[in-house]
Amino acid sequence: MSLNLLLQVNPSGTASTLGTANPVSIAIFFLFVAVTLYITYWAAKKTKTGSEFYAAGRNISGFQNGLALAGDYMSAASFLGIAGMVATKGYDGLIYSIGFLVGWPLIMFLVAEPLRNLGKYTFADVVAFRLKQRPIRIAASVGSLLTISFYLIAQMVGAGSLIKTLFGLNYEIAVVVVGVVMTMYVLFGGMLATTWVQIIKAVLLLSGATMLVLLALAQFNFSPAELFQSVKTQYGADMLAPGGFITNPFDAISLGLALMLGTAGLPHILMRFYTVPDDKAARKSVFVATGFIGYFYVLTFFIGFAALALVGKDAILSLDKGGNMAALLLAENTGGSAFLGFIASVAFATILAVVAGLTLSGASTISHDLYVHVVKKGVSDEKGEIKVAKRATIFLGILAVALGLMFKGQNVAFMVGLAFSIAASANFPALLMSIIWKKFTTQGAVWCMVTGAVLSLVLIVISPTVWVDILGNEVAIFPLKNPTIVSMTAAFVVGIIVSLAKPEKAAADLFESEKLRTYLGHGSEK
Amino acid sequence: MDSAKTHEILESAEFKKLVKTRWNISLAFTFVMLFVYIGFLLVIAYNKDFLKMPLGDSINLAIVVGLGIIFFSWLITGLYVYWANNYYDNEVHEIKKKL
Repeated sequence: MSLNLLLQVNPSGTASTLGTANPVSIAIFFLFVAVTLYITYWAAKKTKTGSEFYAAGRNISGFQNGLALAGDYMSAASFLGIAGMVATKGYDGLIYSIGFLVGWPLIMFLVAEPLRNLGKYTFADVVAFRLKQRPIRIAASVGSLLTISFYLIAQMVGAGSLIKTLFGLNYEIAVVVVGVVMTMYVLFGGMLATTWVQIIKAVLLLSGATMLVLLALAQFNFSPAELFQSVKTQYGADMLAPGGFITNPFDAISLGLALMLGTAGLPHILMRFYTVPDDKAARKSVFVATGFIGYFYVLTFFIGFAALALVGKDAILSLDKGGNMAALLLAENTGGSAFLGFIASVAFATILAVVAGLTLSGASTISHDLYVHVVKKGVSDEKGEIKVAKRATIFLGILAVALGLMFKGQNVAFMVGLAFSIAASANFPALLMSIIWKKFTTQGAVWCMVTGAVLSLVLIVISPTVWVDILGNEVAIFPLKNPTIVSMTAAFVVGIIVSLAKPEKAAADLFESEKLRTYLGHGSEK
Repeated sequence: MDSAKTHEILESAEFKKLVKTRWNISLAFTFVMLFVYIGFLLVIAYNKDFLKMPLGDSINLAIVVGLGIIFFSWLITGLYVYWANNYYDNEVHEIKKKL
């Protein structure tokens, strides 16, 4: 699995202007930061209460939230990484990106509406709704914070290397800039500022990628068939068909499950459903997000093949052995250095928005789940809670920078897969069972989440991904590259067995009255 | 709202039917989506040559199927929204009147 190949960037031997200061990209980047900080200033005035800080006052429309969800999900790694994968490995890149999309319909069918109706700020609200607060909040926080941390490390390390290549900026400075700017969004503007940063970033990324595809297709008389023909003539028909990406079906299914069901367990994605007024708007936002994300992956597919046909595989690989610079080289090839500057600054904006979303969801886990429901046992005034949320934001901002510096030059590509595996194994099973299964108990939920998180962590360490590729051992103890097929199944099984072994009458009784809220939205947070 | 009223709604045939239909549809759609995606992965794992079948001069089955799954995801998500907006919401509205 090789999502975040951004780390293998090698700027030496530059044939293009990549890695040197590009005035257009610096200008656009400063414009982006200026506009988003102004929005943060505007949002800060509207962010006083808890519901405003965590959920933008639940006033975001379904369409806006759909764009923001897309913004949260489309990372620089998927833009540059997947285009790069298509440009170097051909069709296999598409298989990977499809996996990231197909989780969205499942969010719609299984969790979006009940989540909006039952919860307040975090997905743990839903799991703990009729179970005992403290044990659930502690276990759910472990799953959330692990998911967020691994995702954050991958993003920060990717950001440092990417910005170094794009702007010729020092790695450490890049990491600190990203950390400081995103902390300001979250700290002062809360969810409202973060949402608008996501929306602006999504629009920039989608329009930038669309322009890139149009400029590239113009060279093929706007005919995708001519583009594919050119790839076929230069590199052979095999480039347009599945290659070596999937050989072991268990590996393929395990990765597929992680991508599909992990999406429905990502805390920063789930949190966004509280920003809309009701379950109907939540529904609409998933549809809009699915549309934009799907469109985006169609674009990356064409970007990858156009880069392969126009820039050439050797030129792409000479700049970066992961192929991550394919989209940028194509931008320079088709639109000159000004367009390259535009696309580069869009990639930078993308990173900022994604880390801001992650930090906000981490801060709400610490303040809402741990501080209010564990330390204060559910009794806390709003002022105290927001104060803790803001301190947690600063703490996470510093932590993100520290982790980015600590993992510099390390191979952290497996961490995105690990984050999805924990989300699919620890967060998703407990969330789903708490919504649909009457007999689910507190103990069952706790053991389900702990099993999912611990198994994901342990199995990935002894899998070929870490045991062989990073630790340098000959043979892996666990044969699969991604543990989800085992860790998620185990989490479900443990949750069911523990719940059946010792029934919890109070929780089962509450299940019936909870239904008014789950299905009719009666008594949901307004 | 008094608890007798709540109880009456929870026990009513129309509420029970609503919840049952909702999950029948959701779970059916979930399994269709899982079947499509995991089926796609299994065809890749076991029969790559099938997907290499050319369709026209430059396009092959793999490209059509791959992009087709993206379109299918939109379609099935849209279908759910259509159902929920037209059937589910109306039913909820009717039941809520009694609250």
